[in-house]
Parts: sequence; structure tokens; C-alpha cells
Amino acid sequence: MNALLLAAEGEPQPPLLPHLDELVIGLIAFVIVFGFLAKKLLPNINKVLVERREAIEGGIEKAESAQIEAQSVLEQYKAQLAEARHEAARLRQEATEQGTAIIQEMKAEGQRQREEIIAAGHTQIEADRKAAASSLRQDVGKLATDLAGKLVGESLQDVARQSRTIDRFLDELEEKAEAVR
Amino acid sequence: MSADQTLAFDPDCHIFTGCGFPAPGLHTFIYEPIATWGGFELTKPMLLAVLSSIVVVGFFWAAFRKPKLVPGKMQMIGEAGYDFVRRGIVYEIIGKKDGEKYVPFMVSMFFLVWMMNLWSIIPLAQFPVTSLIAFPAALALIVYVLWVSLTFKKHGFVGGWKNIVGWDKSLGPILPLVVVLEFFSNLIIRPFTHAVRLFANMFAGHLLIVMFSLASWYLLNGIGIVYAGTSFVMVLVMTAFELFIQAVQAYVFVLLACSYVQGALSEHH
Repeated sequence: MNALLLAAEGEPQPPLLPHLDELVIGLIAFVIVFGFLAKKLLPNINKVLVERREAIEGGIEKAESAQIEAQSVLEQYKAQLAEARHEAARLRQEATEQGTAIIQEMKAEGQRQREEIIAAGHTQIEADRKAAASSLRQDVGKLATDLAGKLVGESLQDVARQSRTIDRFLDELEEKAEAVR
Repeated sequence: MSADQTLAFDPDCHIFTGCGFPAPGLHTFIYEPIATWGGFELTKPMLLAVLSSIVVVGFFWAAFRKPKLVPGKMQMIGEAGYDFVRRGIVYEIIGKKDGEKYVPFMVSMFFLVWMMNLWSIIPLAQFPVTSLIAFPAALALIVYVLWVSLTFKKHGFVGGWKNIVGWDKSLGPILPLVVVLEFFSNLIIRPFTHAVRLFANMFAGHLLIVMFSLASWYLLNGIGIVYAGTSFVMVLVMTAFELFIQAVQAYVFVLLACSYVQGALSEHH
């Protein structure tokens, strides 16, 4: 409370008259602050602010490019998918056509083979028939000759004998047939 | 109430004891030296002024010494303050392109003035350094030197003078009158008002707080206690009000500094 004394001591100087010592201290105070801030601290923060801005803008740019890339990939994928679908449809169509053609061919082949077989059968039967007919003709001729010989050889007076001859002949025939069988 | 304050009255002095009210006055703003070196006397306001520098530098040192891309708490606060002056004042008044160069100057000015004002309500300090005209005058002088030198650097000698006196041929016969008015207004009155505006606001604010504080104490007797209570409420109200005024005055001081610089850089002031 030693300040109490001051009031008693003379007139204070006018309030608008600057005290030189204080003025100098004020200048120094500003120079200190300005020196530190202008030379070191504000450049520091400015650098970081620029870096931060670049980081944010870079991030946005990266995201944009990624989005564009994703879009193009999607488009590519879609195009490929469409192409694949188209290809599949084409293949299916082709397969159907091929299948139809093959079936058609097979049918024709089957038909042809059947006809061949039938034709071959007919020929065979015809040949067999011809062979049978010719051999039959020979046999019948021989038989008829035999029979006629026998009939002529025997006395034609005796009916009984005649009939016996015929019976015998028929028996022989049967025997022959059985022997053949 | 600070013990260093020039209270100039007996602590036993109360109303109804035959003791007159020890009104605060100019003596409230005078301090005895704390220390003396030769002819130089260190007083409390001087100490506070230097402390203001240290506090401002210390704060920004803590905030911006190793700034990170993702800021910590201190850096965030520092950036907010920095951004307020840079974008809120400098870019607004001078423009981004021309103003960038003066950002460090204005940031230093703003925070130094604000801190000098803030001491008013910081316990134990309780004295706004800027309520002594020498400190606002020193800062106004720096701004004055800056904008005057900028004017001549930008427009040359003749152009600089024309800029200062508001030379405009189209004014015709009243041109001489305008020249004289502008000359005094810009070159002589401007630095004075720049300093006094800050000084007077802080001076008056401090005086009010001291007056209500003293009254609270002085009235503390008999029926006067009721009035002492009222007076004390006023101390609180004025303290809160001062908190606001301190920031506003720092803002106005820097705003004007920017406007002077802007005037110096522009073609017509």
C-alpha cells in the first residue's frame, strides 16, 4: 500500500502526454511479437494450411478418379456381359441348328440303310426262291420221270398194283422228305 | 483490488465516518517504479506490456511451433484466432491478393493489443496497459509509419501527396479546401484518433471498474451496505462488459490499421 503516498505527491502528468520510456517499451513489445510471428510461427502454420488444403483436394481428386475408373470398369463389364449373352445366344442357336441337321441326316441315313436292308432281303429271297424253284423243278421232273418209269414198268392191268406203286412212291417221297429234313 | 493500485485512501475510510469518497482519478494510472536501473524506472504497466508480448508469443509458440496436418487443441485455437484476423479483417478490408503481405503484421497487432487490454480483468494485474497513452501511441505510430511509407512507395512522391490530400480535379473550386481538410484529417488527426480511441476506451473502462470497486468498499458501513452491494454488482457487470470492449477495441484498432493500409495502396484514398 505504499502507492497511497502517490496521490499526495504533486500533479500527475496530463493523460494524453505519452511517457517516452513506455513508448519505447510499447515499440519493443510489438517488435518482439511481430518478429516471432512473422519470421517463424505464421510461416509454419501457413505451410501446414497449404499442405492440409492439398491433402484435402488430393483426397477429393483421388476419390473422383477412383469413381471414374469404377464407372469405366462397370461399363466394360456390362459390355462384356452383353457380348457374352449375345455369344451364348448365338451358340445356342447354332447348336440347335446343328442338332436339327444331325437328326435330319441320321433320319435320312436310317431310311437309306433300312431301304438297303430291305432291298438286300428282297434280292436274297428272290435268289433263294429261284434256287428253290430250279431245284424243285429238277426234283419234280426227276420224280415225275421216276414215277412214270415205275408206272410204265409195272403192269398197268393191275389196279391194285397200281395203287400200291403209287403208295410206295408216296412213301418214298415222304421218306425222302424226312431224310431231307 | 490490487495492492499496487493507487488507491490513495485509508482502508478504514468508510461512509458515515467523516471520511470523504476517495474518488479515482488520474493518479489511479500512475505507478511507483518496481525497479530502477540508472535513469530507467520499470513500472508495473511496462512489465505488463512486456508480459503481453511474452504471452502472445508463448501462445503462438505452443500452437504453431510444430503444426500438424490434423491440429491439436492449441493449434486449433491458434488457427481460429489467426483465421479470424486473416480472413475476417485483412482479406475483408485490403483484399486477399494485396492483403496477404500484411497478415503477420495485423495478427501481431491484434493479439498484442488484445492481451494488453486483457490485463484489465486478470487478477493481480488488473490494469489495462493500453490505458496509458504511450502504448496505443507506440502502436499507432507503427501503423502510421507503415501506411505513410506505403503511400509514397506505391504512388511516388507527388502521387503519394495527391493520395494523402485527396487530390481530385473534378472538385473544382473547393479543391483547395478539400486538400487542406484531408491533409490535416489524414496526416495529423488520424494517428491521434487511432491511438486515443483505444486509450480512451480502456482508460474509461478501467476508471469505471476502479470507481465501483472503491465505492463498494467505501459504502460498507451502516445502511450504506445495500448500496455497497449494488456497487459490487456493477463491478461484476463492468468486468464482463470490459471483457467485451477489450476484444472490440483490439478489433477496431486493427480494422482501422487495415483500412489505412488499404487506402495507401488504392488509387484514391
